Amino acid sequence: MATEKVASTNKNILSIFMAIFQKYSMYFFLVIIMLAFQILSNGILLKPLNITNIILQNSYILILSIGMVILIILNEIDLSVGSITAFVGALSAILSIKMGLPTILSVIICLIVGAAIGAFQGFWVSIVKVPSFIATLAGMLIFRGLTIVVLDGKSLAPYPKSFQTISSGFIPDIFKGGSIHLFTLVISAVIAVVYVLSSVHSRKKKVLSSSPVESNVLFIGKNVLVVIILGLFAYAMAQYEGFPNVLIILSVLILVYRFITNQTTIGRHVYATGGNEKAAELSGINTKKIKFLMFVNMGLLSAVAGIIFSARLNAATATAGNGFELDAIAACYIGGASASGGIGTVLGAIIGGLVMGVLNNGMSLLGIGVDWQQAIKGFVLLLAVAFDIYNKNKSK
Amino acid sequence: MTEIMLEMKGIIKDFSGVKALNNVNVEVEKGEIHSLCGENGAGKSTLMKVLSGVYSYGDYQGDIIYKGKKCQFKNIKDSESQGIVIIHQELALVPQLSIAENIFLGNEVTKFGKINWDEMFQRAKMFMKIVGLFEDPNTLVGNIGVGKQQLVEIAKAISKDVKLLILDEPTAALNEDDSKNLLQLLLKFKSQGITCIIISHKLNEVMAVADKVTIIRDGQSIETLEKGEGLTEDTIIKAMVGRSLDNRYPDYTPSIGETFFEVKNWDVFHPIHSDRQVIKNANFSIKRGEIVGIAGLMGAGRTELAKSIFGRSYGAKISGQVLKDGKPIKLHTVKQAIDNGLAYVTEDRKGDGLVLIESINENISLASLSNISHYMILDKNKEIKNSEIYKDKMKIKSNDIFQVVGSLSGGNQQKVVLAKWMLTQPDILFLDEPTRGIDVGAKYEIYMIIQEMAKAGKAVCIISSELPELLGMCDRIYTMNEGKITGEVSKLEATQENLMQLMTKNEVAV
Repeated sequence: MATEKVASTNKNILSIFMAIFQKYSMYFFLVIIMLAFQILSNGILLKPLNITNIILQNSYILILSIGMVILIILNEIDLSVGSITAFVGALSAILSIKMGLPTILSVIICLIVGAAIGAFQGFWVSIVKVPSFIATLAGMLIFRGLTIVVLDGKSLAPYPKSFQTISSGFIPDIFKGGSIHLFTLVISAVIAVVYVLSSVHSRKKKVLSSSPVESNVLFIGKNVLVVIILGLFAYAMAQYEGFPNVLIILSVLILVYRFITNQTTIGRHVYATGGNEKAAELSGINTKKIKFLMFVNMGLLSAVAGIIFSARLNAATATAGNGFELDAIAACYIGGASASGGIGTVLGAIIGGLVMGVLNNGMSLLGIGVDWQQAIKGFVLLLAVAFDIYNKNKSK
Repeated sequence: MTEIMLEMKGIIKDFSGVKALNNVNVEVEKGEIHSLCGENGAGKSTLMKVLSGVYSYGDYQGDIIYKGKKCQFKNIKDSESQGIVIIHQELALVPQLSIAENIFLGNEVTKFGKINWDEMFQRAKMFMKIVGLFEDPNTLVGNIGVGKQQLVEIAKAISKDVKLLILDEPTAALNEDDSKNLLQLLLKFKSQGITCIIISHKLNEVMAVADKVTIIRDGQSIETLEKGEGLTEDTIIKAMVGRSLDNRYPDYTPSIGETFFEVKNWDVFHPIHSDRQVIKNANFSIKRGEIVGIAGLMGAGRTELAKSIFGRSYGAKISGQVLKDGKPIKLHTVKQAIDNGLAYVTEDRKGDGLVLIESINENISLASLSNISHYMILDKNKEIKNSEIYKDKMKIKSNDIFQVVGSLSGGNQQKVVLAKWMLTQPDILFLDEPTRGIDVGAKYEIYMIIQEMAKAGKAVCIISSELPELLGMCDRIYTMNEGKITGEVSKLEATQENLMQLMTKNEVAV
């Protein structure tokens, strides 16, 4: 009898583990490829300099995929984000380089223009009801063309120093830690404390209102894991130049959009509209408005990506952002978004983007050519989605 | 002299345990027009699907004997090759193709694999002439009216050398003139020896053309009435509804108050065919604590009426007045309707009631998000609490409130839809087919919930195709036909017979 009990608990643990694995399969996959490349590249992958590189190289795709995953949840798509990135980059160059506007002013103008472009596309999709694939395909051509027009076919460079630091800068070490970036460590420690305190607080509230909570072991384990990962990551970054500015921007965006999609009525409206537009409408949700706003948001995020990309390149070129839309879309699908709408998460899209970014970087470190990188990325996209579908069918 | 064309014997067809057809027997003579009558869901359409091979041989029990031979149709092609052609209620035409292309769809006139357009047009013209359709065969089907589209379907049937033509609600979408033409055409076919089975709700039309009427009720053939032998609208109605009412409705004594909700001079036009008026000058009212029913056959405009009132979620060019407590209220958007205390439980819970991929919890709160949030930030604990309360109250059977709605049974899904609207704390509740496709036990529970709402002084309006349900639940019943409210009957006066009469009545009642 005792053995029976052990067997059943074993089976239970196994099934819980399988459930966790299924839910977070892409997280596991990301860890696995990171470890694999770490070993294959003789430890270069996770060197502080290379981690910084991975973040800088992929930041714009990750930012685009935040906006894209919301549109994909809404059962829409935006093919024009690469072109908008280029157009806003060109605009920023004209404002900062040609007209010599202060960086802060040109950034603000760029963001406004990005949002306006998003509103333009949102108008066609949500009011005129042009399918988003077509409307944004048109946008892709329009803004690519306009980029070349405003740049007159040439590249504009270099940006003023203050503009460049948006991408190439690091947060200052106000504590002057010398060989180690002390401020980075302090920030991380603060974040870790805030994270633990807030998760304890929300757990308490849940218990009070008798909402379901995960088991104590799982809760403590999750917190410890987050703190350890954050600590290791911060330590690694502190050994180099500390946190790059872009990482701060990216983290804030992830936190804000995760909050919006998870904790606000807007987020709920997005998921409901994508899951069943008619039901959402009959429940009093203004689906037109939601779609319009989310296209505005996509334009805004494209502008952020455009500013960061051109600041990193230190030049505005007509070919900037080519193919970004496809990378962003792929990131969403690898991250578990559903092609029929209603399903997807901001964090999933970020993980999806990181999977592709780590693959790119790792393969580059191993000296694998861009040709093969492209093909392998394609296979990963295909297999990730196939695995997802297989899993869902099995659970039915 | 009379020759039996078709005999269906002891047809039984069940869908995972639920018997849609339970021992149906029909005999059709050669050259007659045979009508099938019965309430919605009685099994008429299922029977015709069995006959035409939509359900293949072996999927059902019983025998089909056609022209003296036992048939074993595997698919529609088999039955069509024998000259049995069915025209469904929803026309199976491709609007982007021409009339000629539609007539010969899947049956193209070819020569060495290449379409012989000239001959196809010639033959199309010939068939069109037979059915009285005088159009250019090149005209796109999408550009002609529904009546003419119906004729294209019939021309298509004739092109297949039809011997037995089956029409399922052929005049449901047609106006009076088109309906008349169609019936004339059927009589013409009869004189040419084509046998016809027609399913119709419109008893006056049935009376006009049918030689025999077989009545189907609850999946059983009740009787066959013959012309000249007691075939009247009354005898049809009696046979259609004559089921015993057992105690399927909870006992309750209503406490009815003042007039609470009123709709005046309500006109609605079709959202696409904007010249077609769907609701014609509808007037009705509901008192506090009253359960009002709206009876009508398919296509009478019941759902359209409710939806157009509920935040204009259906229709175009809507005009009329809505009063709540004697004061006019504005219901231009669904949000306004909800804020004014209206709720509409849809007839199509999967299509526009639920987000099937989301959880019970998320579905229940969907229409009340503004009540469980501050500055757009959700209070998830409150949300969960609410959902738990309604899960218990409604007796929703599930593991927990985080289960995905798509995995629930129909009855439980319906309870989730109801819970969603209960949570909005409505004053006026429209329930469109609240028990469609739900087992008896769940029905009873839903009836209890509805009565509780009425007890709490709310105004309830039930739209239902099941007359016994309306008779069992409602304090007052309005009847509708062709977009008009044709009558109003109190609980005491109402019988299935007089309701059915009002539901099939063509002129406006005073």
